[in-house]
Amino acid sequence: MSGESVKRTPFHEMHVSLKAKMVPFAGYEMPVQYPSGITKEHDAVRTAVGVFDVSHMGEFEFTGPDRNAFVNRLTCNDIGAIGDGQAQYTALLTDEGTFIDDCIVYRFGDKVMMVVNAANIEKDWTHIVGKKGNVNCRVKDISDEVALLAVQGPKSEEMLQPLTRVDLSKIRYYRFDVGQVAGVECFIARTGYTGEDGFELYFRPKHAEVMWHAVVGPGRGAPCGLGARDLLRLEVGLALYGSDIDDTVNPYEARLGWIVKLGKGVPFTGKRALEQIKAKGPTRRIVGFACTQKGVIARPGYDVYLKDRKVDVVRSGGYSPSLKHAIGTTYLPTHSIEPGTEIGIECRGKRVAAEVVKMPFYTEGSVKRS
Amino acid sequence: MSEVPESLHYTEEHEYVKPTADASIVLVGITDYAQGELGDVVYVDLPEVGAKFSQMDVFGTIEAVKAVSDLFCPVAGEVTEVNEALEGDPGLVNRDPYGDGWMIKLQVRNPEDLGQLLTAADYSSHIGE
Repeated sequence: MSGESVKRTPFHEMHVSLKAKMVPFAGYEMPVQYPSGITKEHDAVRTAVGVFDVSHMGEFEFTGPDRNAFVNRLTCNDIGAIGDGQAQYTALLTDEGTFIDDCIVYRFGDKVMMVVNAANIEKDWTHIVGKKGNVNCRVKDISDEVALLAVQGPKSEEMLQPLTRVDLSKIRYYRFDVGQVAGVECFIARTGYTGEDGFELYFRPKHAEVMWHAVVGPGRGAPCGLGARDLLRLEVGLALYGSDIDDTVNPYEARLGWIVKLGKGVPFTGKRALEQIKAKGPTRRIVGFACTQKGVIARPGYDVYLKDRKVDVVRSGGYSPSLKHAIGTTYLPTHSIEPGTEIGIECRGKRVAAEVVKMPFYTEGSVKRS
Repeated sequence: MSEVPESLHYTEEHEYVKPTADASIVLVGITDYAQGELGDVVYVDLPEVGAKFSQMDVFGTIEAVKAVSDLFCPVAGEVTEVNEALEGDPGLVNRDPYGDGWMIKLQVRNPEDLGQLLTAADYSSHIGE
């Protein structure tokens, strides 16, 4: 990646014309916020509809007769447990059982699409190609051929339905369909990263402008940047790669044991290590904490203390507009993860108290998990 | 374009000094440019009345949703009043940085210090506008 220029998504002109604050993120120039500010963007998603350009995400397409078997060897969840038209949250792991990346797989009748984090596209690709061997499966990096908008919020269906003949009420959580939205051929998935009901629309970059204006604007969705996205996902306890999880963390530590299917009958990468970790039990776990002291926001990287021992750093942290106080995540020894446990956080030279709380922090989201 | 009023003095750290009717008392806050860069302000940690600062001492902290910043005292002096309204409504800093979003009132120790600060024109070029 080094030496390459910063990439732009197909919505770049639209962000600039809305006067978004653009920042480099994972090799892309991305909108962190629009002039209305992060709080208003956050509130739009919690109460109505917000639209995120997440075209920086990577997409790999697996085709050929062995595609499902190959994906099942690469990932810890079980693609055999879902049918065509369904999506699944899963992960690529190292031999040690730690995260290379977390991802979503979409199972089609004739292919699998794997959606990965932008910052990990090259690393994931190298890993996948290295595991391929002689399976009868073709893998293609289609990241540059895919535009992706996340339309999120309790009014997403109501806003999108007039733009499509697909009956959106029939697309259940973590399912998808293929059809036109605003005259543009799309994969319409009921997935997201905000804790609200909503859809992710995958389509060709040449249609970016048509789609953007169809879903963003007065009476439609509010444009939302990465700043609001980060707070929304933190409030509902969704992990962010590079903060909450990385290649030093395994799924049991990250409370993502539910995506590990040791019994699926497939020797996936990381399985042997995870069997041992599971048998012994993880020595640390991710926890959520709340800053009880007003005026304090624990930022990522601040040192975390249990009694007087430094145990970790703040992984994710920020001010929750929904809860009106600061929240965050960190890893604590398994014996000290009970809600109510007091921890100390070194905030800019001052040791302040915070309290372990249950995750998700925010539980009022409109997402329909059935 | 950020607003940079003519009659104020500025620091490179984006604080402003606003003269009042009493020549020895000034209001201190952060500039329109600074509030725009910080984003939505959620807390402003201000000193006690009576606190004394030297020039460019840290007098407080401002926490925004995605950023945190120290506040620097533009000139030496003693705090005679803090803007209590910011505790209940820190968004005043975003909405009205040069008016209701002021932070502290300062009794200036050496009025000639004001001459060392940036003019509106200097500050505009400092922020590239």
